[in-house]
Amino acid sequence: MGRIQLNQVQKKFGDVEVIPPLDLEINDGEFVVFVGPSGCGKSTLLRLIAGLEDTTAGHIEIDGDDATMLPPAKRGLAMVFQSYALYPHMSVRKNIAFPMRMAKIPQEEQDRRISSAAKALNLTDYLDRRPGQLSGGQRQRVAIGRAIVREPAAFLFDEPLSNLDAALRVGMRMEISELHKKLATTMVYVTHDQVEAMTMADKIVVLHAGVIEQVGSPLELYRNPRNLFVAGFIGSPKMNFVEGPEAAKHDAQTIGIRPEHIDVSTTEGTWQGTVGVAEHLGSDTFIHIHGIPGCDPMTVRASGEMSVVHGDTVYLTPRADQIHRFDAQGLRIG
Amino acid sequence: MATQQSRSAARLMMAPAVILLLGWMLVPLIMTLWFSFRKYLPLRGGDQGWVGLENYARFISSSSFWPAVQTTLIIVGGVLIITVAFGIVLALLLDQPMWGQGVVRILVIAPFFVMPTVSALVWKNMFMDPVNGILAHLWKFFGAEPVQWLSQESLQSIVMIVSWQWLPFATLILLTAVQSLDSEQLEAAEMDGAPFLKRFWFIILPHLSRAITIVILIQTIFLLSIFAEIFVTTGGAFGTRTLTYLIFQRVLESQNVGLGSAGGVYAIILANIVALFLMRIVGKNLDT
Amino acid sequence: MARAVTTQRKALNTAIAWAIGLLIFFPILWTILTSFKTEAQAIADPPVFLFFDWTLENYAVVQERSNYMRFLWNSVFIAGGSTILGIIIAVPAAWSMAFVPSKRTKDILLWMLSTKMLPAVGVLYPIYLIFIKLGILDSRLGLTVVLMLINLPIIVWMLYTYFKEIPGEILEAARMDGASLRNEILYVLTPMAIPGIASTLLLNFILAWNEAFWTLNLTAAQAAPLTAFIASYSSPEGLFFAKLSAASTMAIAPILILGWFSQKQLVRGLTFGAVK
Repeated sequence: MGRIQLNQVQKKFGDVEVIPPLDLEINDGEFVVFVGPSGCGKSTLLRLIAGLEDTTAGHIEIDGDDATMLPPAKRGLAMVFQSYALYPHMSVRKNIAFPMRMAKIPQEEQDRRISSAAKALNLTDYLDRRPGQLSGGQRQRVAIGRAIVREPAAFLFDEPLSNLDAALRVGMRMEISELHKKLATTMVYVTHDQVEAMTMADKIVVLHAGVIEQVGSPLELYRNPRNLFVAGFIGSPKMNFVEGPEAAKHDAQTIGIRPEHIDVSTTEGTWQGTVGVAEHLGSDTFIHIHGIPGCDPMTVRASGEMSVVHGDTVYLTPRADQIHRFDAQGLRIG
Repeated sequence: MATQQSRSAARLMMAPAVILLLGWMLVPLIMTLWFSFRKYLPLRGGDQGWVGLENYARFISSSSFWPAVQTTLIIVGGVLIITVAFGIVLALLLDQPMWGQGVVRILVIAPFFVMPTVSALVWKNMFMDPVNGILAHLWKFFGAEPVQWLSQESLQSIVMIVSWQWLPFATLILLTAVQSLDSEQLEAAEMDGAPFLKRFWFIILPHLSRAITIVILIQTIFLLSIFAEIFVTTGGAFGTRTLTYLIFQRVLESQNVGLGSAGGVYAIILANIVALFLMRIVGKNLDT
Repeated sequence: MARAVTTQRKALNTAIAWAIGLLIFFPILWTILTSFKTEAQAIADPPVFLFFDWTLENYAVVQERSNYMRFLWNSVFIAGGSTILGIIIAVPAAWSMAFVPSKRTKDILLWMLSTKMLPAVGVLYPIYLIFIKLGILDSRLGLTVVLMLINLPIIVWMLYTYFKEIPGEILEAARMDGASLRNEILYVLTPMAIPGIASTLLLNFILAWNEAFWTLNLTAAQAAPLTAFIASYSSPEGLFFAKLSAASTMAIAPILILGWFSQKQLVRGLTFGAVK
């Protein structure tokens, strides 16, 4: 079981309100990702759930019980930290055993859980090493192993992949996702990387300045961003925003159109522009185009075969059914 | 990091240290203050009542006060000048490439670990003894008349002994500071054609200024209260009675607690003036 | 940094540095050498340097005549006891300041330091009086407590700077793993801070060992440590160079050895982190 409910939870540091009162429900077994730019309060929110920070007001319920005043150790949650926070003076085995030792679990049971966690995480050969002798990915797995053996009600991840290099990050992303499928335990995951959010989450919580901008599944957020912030934050490359007369044609203050929803042609189209930089990735080509009224530069995704160079003239046509309209307050219309 | 629980735990765990130090500071301090306003002669009638500021006036007007202040200033000033000047030279020297650097470092630092009574006694007898001391032998070797170190040149002798004890401290701290100097800065200055003396004056010395200030402040605090070196060598005779020693004599030797306490209050005020400057520097460093 | 230096230059540096180093070290060396001479050789004119009849007689005499072992034991007891006691009190305090800092933490740290600046002589009589009233004058216990108190600020301060270097996330991890505060300090913080705690121990042991104001003023026959033992040689009748040297060597040898191990920590401990 791992149902977490936040009711009017608020956090102030001194006089600074980091998180205005907010409500949030995390269902049992769900993979929830808190995503937002740095300083948006996502880590603070996670630490409030963990009990590493006090709430200024409001209640946190875990599985229906009020946990607001419980110390972290009593909440039955496990956390994986950004720096992994392994105990450098203990072997991998001792690191993983530590929470069980604290809970006074019998030795045989400890050994059983350690060996099964080690097998699942490919750590069997490293159990007697110290964290200092492991690579970044292995340390990450030890941190996860230490969390798993507690059999917690929910896992909390605080930007766990940000210290890994790009290739390892993709691999670990998959491993964590698979782990979630296998354990079916609630996971709350904090990241500033929208790709991680999109690929892993059942439910994404987009945070901005402590406020929840939108909650929904990855595709919901992609298809129906509720406001300009979410629209700009989710999706890569970023959505193009067009203002002025072009937007007025659609009865909106701003219209948004994703790079992948624009057709490029060298002969004809709605808008005419000049190629600035063309990034050839092989599978796709991202073209940054100057000279479009109300949006400079505009990014489009073309097929990998598209061969344009700096200074070429191109024509762009947005797909009418993929245009997002926003009003003067930045809220979605329709 | 800071939940209500950990904050109250923190307060609780800090309590023993804070309470002990508070007691250690306040109780004797208040007692000293109290005694300083009373005529108190433990062996000659005990506590004879309130005398107001008389002890303070008497302590200052006594014929031994100003000489004691002078002696204190000469010792503190002399040792500071010697240790800082030689400390800078030694630090720069030890920073140079050489063979056996670690061993030389140990040789230079060693005097700091010698207990004050030992160094005072060794210097007094084996070096400064006018008949059998090494220095006497050395003087005779060059055909000079041996010096009566601790009776005729007593103040210089004490400055020498104490400087020997504190030179390692100054050297060690200045060496640490020298080593933190960015060598590229020096190389850039060298490329710009600055000769060694200019480099020393415009780059090395400013870089060391903070460390020098700290050495001066910390040493001043310790030097103001040197005791064993005088206790063992001259016992305060031959013009080596410092303020600390004068107070010690008033309190324990002549058992005039009221007068000694008034002197103690002066010493505390003096030390606090120096401490204030030190605290400022240390406090600034805490923020970073 | 890595700059080619001519061999001549390096040789010159080496010669000068060694000469100065040996000059500074000479009083210690001379004391050690003299301790192995006979009294006659010790005052020989001209002085003999290395070529004399080495003897251990002085050590035997000093030990026999003055009960050196008792002074040594007092020193060990007082320096060791005050240091360990100080660490036990300081670890929780330093934990609080390093990991749960508040607006007042800095003030408390500075205030603690300021108690260290209090000139001992200013409070000599009150302490003397309190000791008499409590019946702990000339007792090891009393001196242990006093030395613990005068070194406590340095111990707290050093531990604080070491603890500051331990990432807070690791302690939070322990808390998430279900460790109580006691277990967090016992199983996670302390083992991680062992090097720092060890050097704090070492430096404060040295400082306590060499302390020579309170040890001289608060002890007589019973609790006198080595500082007082040596001071007793300052009276003229005890003036035998070789025996004085033997006694001195025995008093400083243990600490010289410990000191060499602690030289790196010395700077941090004595400048309160102001020089790195």
